Amino acid sequence: MQGRRQAGYATPQGTTQDTPYGPLSICLHWLIAALIFALIGIGFAMRRTEIDPALQFSLYQWHKSLGLTVLALAALREIHWLFARHPQPVADLGPLERQASRTTHVVLALLCLFVPLSGWAVASTSTLAIPTLLFDRVLVPALPLARSAAGEAFWSLVHAGSAYLLLALAALHAAAALHHHFIRRNGVLLRMLGRPAAGNAGRPDGTRGPARRGTRR
Amino acid sequence: MTDRTGSMVARITLLRTMLVCVPALLVTAPALARTPALSEAAGTYDISSASQIRFSVDQIGGGGIRGSFGKFSGAVRIDGRRIGASTVSFTLYPQSVSAAEERIENFLRSSAVFDAATYPTVTFRSTAVRQTGADAAVVDGMLTARGITRREQFAVRLRQLSGGTIAFNVTGNVYRSRYRMDVGTPIYLNVVKFDMDIRAVRR
Ligand code: HEM
Ligand code: HEM
Repeated sequence: MQGRRQAGYATPQGTTQDTPYGPLSICLHWLIAALIFALIGIGFAMRRTEIDPALQFSLYQWHKSLGLTVLALAALREIHWLFARHPQPVADLGPLERQASRTTHVVLALLCLFVPLSGWAVASTSTLAIPTLLFDRVLVPALPLARSAAGEAFWSLVHAGSAYLLLALAALHAAAALHHHFIRRNGVLLRMLGRPAAGNAGRPDGTRGPARRGTRR
Repeated sequence: MTDRTGSMVARITLLRTMLVCVPALLVTAPALARTPALSEAAGTYDISSASQIRFSVDQIGGGGIRGSFGKFSGAVRIDGRRIGASTVSFTLYPQSVSAAEERIENFLRSSAVFDAATYPTVTFRSTAVRQTGADAAVVDGMLTARGITRREQFAVRLRQLSGGTIAFNVTGNVYRSRYRMDVGTPIYLNVVKFDMDIRAVRR
């Protein structure tokens, strides 16, 4: 996709739809998304008391290691955002949609930092003081917070709340992506999959395609 | 699924250690010989509830789990003429474990560690007692926890012998993985350190 993308970027046709996401953005996006869905699944399961206690213990440890991995990847994404040019919105989008998608992306990206930080705060304030040993290898220090039952309860609530908020927002975001792909048939999902948007979206001559079947509204 | 629990054996190991310690106490009795005459210490003693059965498991980066057991029983028989013929037996009830907070206690009792519902006791039976100093001895014995029996060793030091009461300090390290209690390693070390103050009263 790269080669063609490049062209798309500066293309005088103005097919903004062709603006590509670079391989780094794409890898980070899908890796982070997959990890987050796994983390929410693990987080939900490990909090249910009926599960085997030994399994529960290891789920907590996996959860912390994978969660900190998301924190690192999300930080990398923010840094990359600062230096790399962010693709233009797909031409198919109206101003309100652009605004909505930009806001959703920014909030999602911030939650990808906040949720793991709040989880780290749970581990750091818990009176159980269970060390965080990243993938059983590297000892991760606690955040400089006082350990107390109240602190642990507070951060637990914040962590769970923000995690489920992230899930809700990601579901909305995914639904929007699927809507664009299957109903509007524009290149929104394809360009995040690293495929030239041309197939569907790059209307032959860079016209603003919605006319075709998009009920734009 | 319960098999996974096996890894929690570490805690169980602690129990074993405790058991071992008890035998060691018995051994200590011979050690008494140094001050009071051995014949004076000779006799059969019941381990009293005034004893302290403490254990600890260190964790990576400092700190760890500290706990004790509130319910146990045992007997020490000191052979005045042949210390090596002395015996110790000790039974510990893991359900009675206490630690810094309830979550830890419940975890220790659970299938992950002691599995107290299935294995309500941890036992130690001495097999050999060897005097190592005027007031010290080493006790070997078989520790059974979670249905697994292994040989363990405890060091016993005589602390006091007055009236019909005898007091020992018993220490020993038990590898919890040997009893399928290694849950939480390597975050929590495999070694369970037992430090027991045993008081026993002559029958
Ligand atoms: C994007 C990353 C993360 C997501 C999506 C996530 C998600 C979740 C979810 C859904 C729960 C269950 C909440 C509940 O139902 O009560 C949870 C619990 C938990 N998470 Fe995370 N988590 C993430 C990162 C982390 C990190 C980095 C840590 C620690 C270093 C962590 C530590 C915890 C802990 C300790 C709990 C249990 C809280 C409690 O006992 O109340 N999480 N997480
Ligand atoms: C927890 C899960 C997710 C998070 C945190 C997330 C986050 C983001 C963020 C921050 C962006 C902005 C672009 C960038 O990365 O630089 C983005 C774009 C995108 N995401 Fe997600 N996403 C998630 C899941 C999904 C899923 C499940 C889908 C598809 C079903 C999806 C489809 C897309 C698409 C198509 C774009 C590109 C939008 C555009 O072209 O402007 N995302 N996502």
